[in-house]
Amino acid sequence: MSETILVAMSGGVDSSTVAGMLLREGHRVIGMTMQLWNQRRLPEIATENASGRCCSLDDVYDARRVAAQLGIPYYVVNFEEQFEREVVEPFVNEYLAGRTPIPCTLCNNFIKFDKFLEMADTVGAPRIATGHYARVDFNAESGRYELRRAADSAKDQTFFLFGLTQPQLARTIFPLGDRLKPEVRGLAREMELAIADKGESFEICFVPNGDYAAFMDAYLREKGRPREATHGDLVTVGGEKIAEHDGVHHFTVGQRKGLGVAKGEPLYVISTDPASQRVTVGSNDRLLRATLLARNVNWVSWPGLTAPARAEVKIRHRHQAALATISPAGDNVEVRFDEAQRAVTPGQAAVFYQGDLVLGGGWIE
Amino acid sequence: MQHIYFDHNATTPVAPLVLDEMRTCLAEVYGNASSIHYFGQQAKERLETARRRVAALLGAGEKEIVFTSGGTEADNLAILGAVRAAMPASGRPARHVITSAIEHPAVLNTCAQLQREGVAVDYLPIGSSGIVDPDDVRRALRPDTVLITIMHANNELGTIQPIAAIAAIAREAGVSFHSDGVQAAGRIPICVGDLGVDLYSISAHKFYGPKGAGALYVRKGTPLAPILFGGHHERDRRAGTENVPIFSAMGVAAANLPSTDLAPLRDRLERAVLDRVPDARINCAASPRIPNTSNICFDFIEGEPLVIALDLRGFAISSGSACSSGAVEPSHVLRAIGLSDRQARSSVRISLGASNTVEQVDALVEAIVDSVTLLRRISPEGRLVQIYV
Repeated sequence: MSETILVAMSGGVDSSTVAGMLLREGHRVIGMTMQLWNQRRLPEIATENASGRCCSLDDVYDARRVAAQLGIPYYVVNFEEQFEREVVEPFVNEYLAGRTPIPCTLCNNFIKFDKFLEMADTVGAPRIATGHYARVDFNAESGRYELRRAADSAKDQTFFLFGLTQPQLARTIFPLGDRLKPEVRGLAREMELAIADKGESFEICFVPNGDYAAFMDAYLREKGRPREATHGDLVTVGGEKIAEHDGVHHFTVGQRKGLGVAKGEPLYVISTDPASQRVTVGSNDRLLRATLLARNVNWVSWPGLTAPARAEVKIRHRHQAALATISPAGDNVEVRFDEAQRAVTPGQAAVFYQGDLVLGGGWIE
Repeated sequence: MQHIYFDHNATTPVAPLVLDEMRTCLAEVYGNASSIHYFGQQAKERLETARRRVAALLGAGEKEIVFTSGGTEADNLAILGAVRAAMPASGRPARHVITSAIEHPAVLNTCAQLQREGVAVDYLPIGSSGIVDPDDVRRALRPDTVLITIMHANNELGTIQPIAAIAAIAREAGVSFHSDGVQAAGRIPICVGDLGVDLYSISAHKFYGPKGAGALYVRKGTPLAPILFGGHHERDRRAGTENVPIFSAMGVAAANLPSTDLAPLRDRLERAVLDRVPDARINCAASPRIPNTSNICFDFIEGEPLVIALDLRGFAISSGSACSSGAVEPSHVLRAIGLSDRQARSSVRISLGASNTVEQVDALVEAIVDSVTLLRRISPEGRLVQIYV
């Protein structure tokens, strides 16, 4: 059945192909790009090659070109203010507090889907579509929309989508959920889309070169609250001071590179403490944790958790989901892994799966 | 779907006579206006006819008209050229320029460039009327002030600035005075002599001429240094082979302005919107305005979605100013007249043109009523209002 669908277009292969696919299926397609961050805003950290990051002029150019090729209406809308408030500020504050946040999930939770659905209402589109690799089904029995992993397990993005609510899922389609990436690129070529051979982007959109510390320094300077000069001690698990460093925000749990010390055995960051500016390092096995507490849990395919249940739990995008028992702990969820996991990082997400099904997820305490 | 155009301050469609002139010139008048032979003379004749026509539009002498690639170049030439001409060969260099907070980026960013080059710039604040107070200009004057640049009509609000009063102050102080007249030319009668300006920028595509054509009026005797270097074109004030088809078409546009008075149509639009949409306001309604421009604030919604919703219904209006990606930035003009960020975001601009009819305006009003109602139902703010009102 033909309907009006608003497609979130980033200028990349995936969302461009989605627009083309839906148009082929006979829908009335409207394209839209969210301008979330001004890539030229912090000139001291700007890189020459800003393409591949969202909101770069190159990407907007590409999205507009694809829309013109397809002959669909296309708009760029400005959500910079909301993005800064809901994503960038919390990202910076979390980082300063010694946690390692995932801005993409914040963005999905607070900007992308909410604001896109609002824009969908504006343009009279009952549904929105994105280029995410994930699947949504309606389970008539439970009356819930279920989120499932994508057919292409390497591209699966459900880890970043655990915050989606039922009303959001009810109006969202992920046309790439059943496709493999090479297949998608093939479709883009077949439709002769101008971006068919464009490279992939993996970076966090507003942080050039993945250099969080440089971004934060530049951002806080611009805000007129330059980060106080920090430094602290790098200590072993036994408490022995082996070096000094210039701020805990340069470190993340599990990090090995850039510690600036050479000991006989490889050393990893075990924990960071913003209050004392102390970074503790130790051997790989010290990183192992068997339990974690997940806060602000959002239940997706399940309505909630009343009794302990078995699940596979993923604690990083590239983490191999590990078997665990999840149990209600007040408003939170306690995760007890069958086998201790490496680098359980506060501020990152823990997402619960059963096979393909995304049960829900929360933030690691 | 039929698309109706209500964005004439962004640009206007080319008039049929203008198109004819361009076609003829492109096809037949290909000589270089600087060449001495027949072909060059043909081109030169077209160019000088155009110059006389543009001069007539402004009440200027033909030798006081310098053709440029558009309003932006005219503004750059006026501001950079006047300041550089005022730099003495030795001694204390010129140091100060006065402008306003509601200028077009072509003026604001040229002034910003001057600041990078060491020139002091005062950006006069503007009250809620959207009008520059001439007394503010007087107070901002310094012994080293070399240029005052204040626009004639504001592109977003349509407000008309007291150019003659400012010119009197400038003359008294012996300071050159430039006015960006891009939104005024073709909309209100202009006589540069009465206005008392030294420099005045215009752009053809705002009055049914082609894009890529503009002119700077340079009052005889006004010191002006060139900003482009090359041949002796335009009396050594703007190097580069003259774009005869484009300038000639500009001349035709200047000589054939539509005679339509748009004020009644604008008033009909504003009355209908205020009657039918609650919590709507016309920005700077009480100030003198060019007759085609209406800037309207709709509480509880944002202008950007309204522009999109109307576009999908076939009505082209605008909001704010487009940034490099094409997204809309909150308008510096609306913030300068004291609107909150929120009110600035809630405002849209409707700019009428000669082809707009009563029927089109009435259809636009219907679409606005429907779209604003819909958007207020959707927007978080609008929802809150519905709950609490």
